[in-house]
Amino acid sequence: MIKADRVVTSTCPYCGVGCALQLHVKDDYIFKVTTPFDSPVNHGNLCVKGRFGYDYVYHPKRVTTPLIRRTPQKAGERTQAFDLSEWREATWDEALEYAADRLVEIYKRDGSDAMAVYCCAKATNEDNYLLQKMYRSLFRTNNVDHCTRLCHAGSVVALQQAVGSSAMSNTASQVVLNDVFIVTGSNTSENHPIIALQMKEAVMKHNAKMIVIDPRRIDLVNMAEMWLPLKPGTNVPVFSSMAHVIVKENLIDQEFIANRTEGYQEFLESLEKFTPEYAEEISGVPAEDIRKAARLYANAKNAAIYWGMGISQLSHGTASALALINLAFLTGHIGREGTGLNPLRGQNNVQGASDMGSMPFHYPGYMRVDNPDNRAKWEKTWNIEEGGLSLKLGLTTTEILSNAHEGGIRALYIMGENPMMSEPNLNVTRHHIEQLEFLVAQDIFINESAAYADVFLPATPFAEKDGTFSNTDRRVQRVRAAHPPRGQARPDWKIICDLALRIESRLGRPTAKWNYSNPEEVLREMGGVNPDYAGITYDRIDKVGLIYPVPSMEHPGTPTLFTETFPRGRGKFHPLSYVPVREEADDEYPFILTTGRLLEHWHGGSMTRNSVLNEAYPEARVEIHPADAEIHGIRNSDPVKVQSRRGEIVLRATVTEKTTVGVVFIPWHFAESAANILTNDELDPQAKIPEFKACAVQIFPARESDLPNPEIQLNRGRY
Amino acid sequence: MTETINLTIDGQEVTAEQGKTLLEVAREIGKDIPTICFHEATTANALCRICVVEVEGQRVLQPSCVVKAAAGMKVQTRSERVVRARRTILEMLASTMDLSESLEIQKMMYDYGASTSRFPDAERRESQVIDDNPMYVRDYSKCLLCWRCVQVCADDAQYTFAINFTGRGFETQIGTFFDISIPETSCVLCGQCVGVCPTGALKPKREFLLEQGMSPQEISVLNTGRKRRKAK
Repeated sequence: MIKADRVVTSTCPYCGVGCALQLHVKDDYIFKVTTPFDSPVNHGNLCVKGRFGYDYVYHPKRVTTPLIRRTPQKAGERTQAFDLSEWREATWDEALEYAADRLVEIYKRDGSDAMAVYCCAKATNEDNYLLQKMYRSLFRTNNVDHCTRLCHAGSVVALQQAVGSSAMSNTASQVVLNDVFIVTGSNTSENHPIIALQMKEAVMKHNAKMIVIDPRRIDLVNMAEMWLPLKPGTNVPVFSSMAHVIVKENLIDQEFIANRTEGYQEFLESLEKFTPEYAEEISGVPAEDIRKAARLYANAKNAAIYWGMGISQLSHGTASALALINLAFLTGHIGREGTGLNPLRGQNNVQGASDMGSMPFHYPGYMRVDNPDNRAKWEKTWNIEEGGLSLKLGLTTTEILSNAHEGGIRALYIMGENPMMSEPNLNVTRHHIEQLEFLVAQDIFINESAAYADVFLPATPFAEKDGTFSNTDRRVQRVRAAHPPRGQARPDWKIICDLALRIESRLGRPTAKWNYSNPEEVLREMGGVNPDYAGITYDRIDKVGLIYPVPSMEHPGTPTLFTETFPRGRGKFHPLSYVPVREEADDEYPFILTTGRLLEHWHGGSMTRNSVLNEAYPEARVEIHPADAEIHGIRNSDPVKVQSRRGEIVLRATVTEKTTVGVVFIPWHFAESAANILTNDELDPQAKIPEFKACAVQIFPARESDLPNPEIQLNRGRY
Repeated sequence: MTETINLTIDGQEVTAEQGKTLLEVAREIGKDIPTICFHEATTANALCRICVVEVEGQRVLQPSCVVKAAAGMKVQTRSERVVRARRTILEMLASTMDLSESLEIQKMMYDYGASTSRFPDAERRESQVIDDNPMYVRDYSKCLLCWRCVQVCADDAQYTFAINFTGRGFETQIGTFFDISIPETSCVLCGQCVGVCPTGALKPKREFLLEQGMSPQEISVLNTGRKRRKAK
């Protein structure tokens, strides 16, 4: 039996649920993770990632010394260096001076528009706030974004347009108060496992009825009242035809529509075409099922919608989310406990990173950058001359890389993200990243993106730093260091402040504050301007997090939003029309590929592929329906080549009824068989989110020897 | 308004909410009733019987974790009969299983004066440590069949149903269906079972390896070696 030296309470670094963790530490090594049974978020439950998947902290490949590339990299000829022999170890002073010199040189030569930064949805609120502050206040650019662009940008834009706020309207624990709830575009059991437990509890113990609307026969279907297997990318006709049924059968909430919404008449006219039969023709969902689902949702006393990236990661992701919002407005299922519009946010702190202004159009607190009043507030806080900050909207993640060329983005700073895994159409992304003149990577591993960098700044994972994460239901919770950083690694916020001071002195800018003595000072500075966080102090969230908005020190937090009014005043109905996905199946590429995630892995894999989790799920697999597999002569575990118009990968097949006929599924965590080599980089016009959820592919049998690692084979009963 | 009832616990008049168990009511007034299989997060099953109390008029001792308080009940939480029963339960556990990591039970044995050698000829329940998955190990020599792991794997939390009782009587053990390895079951490797195990029978693999004398460095290198896994 090992007796812990100490048990440190912190917050899980994986998904947006934000489970409480107790890190049991012996000799500065976490040997066990438990969780309190009275935790308001996870009630004593964890998933495999939270309980066992923290060992990437101790992985031998983790980098804990600043590194500089041995061969200076040139724009257009940039290469990937995974091997340490291609880097030389440097002191912090040397690495930071080098980074500051090059960044300032490029800024002075090419100006603000040449500079860009990726903040990080895995880093703390404090880290993100400081990094966007550095780029906005020193380089005077809004080219600040992070991976929210690639996950829920469609939902964020839709909610901003229709409601005026982009977070979950209700907490995840309210799912047990739903009478009926819709889960769509979310494989909740794998991606938000603890919320899925609450959904199962709602069905099994509270008699709630669950409607799953998803192209895949996900785990939750086993407990669902109905499963509507729609073709990928046909959300708008399915949800709009539900709205059509609700209107035609007069199941609307007349009072809610009259008192709380606007644009209803125009919306009604747009609904005429969306008959259930029309939707059936496009989506493959039987019209009768659409009617039944619409009645269930509309007739419920309390009903809610939970959605994931199956809604937002489409070239019409904004419209998909608007279709859901229209449903909630029609039925008045919003603004009360047990109802609501709930986008399940992916990363531990994607909500927080967005709140912190790590986005090209917004300062912290979703204050538009093109509004001079907002600008003035931040100029005052950051000690900047009047009119100093840029009013120009910045570029989004995908745009930052596609603008990496002469006259465009020249220097990029990446904190913790891995665009060389997470961007669509990776072969083109690779070409873009090669065009950069200077690239700084601040990370814990030399991942596929950091391998392109000129300088590597070794940061700390969650277990070695203090700060806060904001989870998917807006709960701001503490992150605490379990032990000191390994090697010379430093917490992100300290690296940023140190570098910012060096840049500031080179530019001769009036000094904004960078000499914080602890991360709480950072949060308080931000909360001084952003009213949502005004009442949050580390003291108040010492034991249990607070759910923002917390406008004052006495305010208890706001679990349910929009009880009286919407932030934009009235909720706005949006008329929609059906726009097909940009690339539909045809004779040459007869399958639709949809991508997603697995329980055992996390996004680009920097953490989980360097963890014991990789043993639990060691290889990429393409899921194919038995009917399709038979036609192509593919048996379970056979190697196959999957090809799209943009590239090809080889991996094993899993023949399973979890997917539907004509649809194949590949998780995108595996660099050696990267799903994003295949995906389409077409963007949603408003949200700029790429179409990860649908592109056309063909499948060919392949040889064992074509596999990247033929000796590895998944052997799990549940898959 | 919840209806209330009146009863007597150890001679003390108590007013309690209708529907509460004797354990809940007794703990509310500060009575120290020991529990082993009971856990706030799982459904009580009255398996271990350590929480028994004496209720006047009842022929046998009553497991307080499941018996509801009723009007007029006269309850003894530490009568001689209760203490003797608890002591015997502890002595039987000690004679058949490995309690070396059950610190709470060890303390109960001390409190109740239970002897580890009362049943010297008892057959011990012994088994090998099962190390069949990357996340946790199972040592059923330390298992007292409290059922918590089975419950959280089923409808007390996970709805995964990967493990259950196997065997009968003395041969009863927690196991997988057809005794297949954990990765081959429906197990999601969430470790909820490890989280509720009171005796150290279920343990995170990393903690186990550390106990075996491996250093953190040696353990972290283990994870980088990709194991060959043969499919059937």
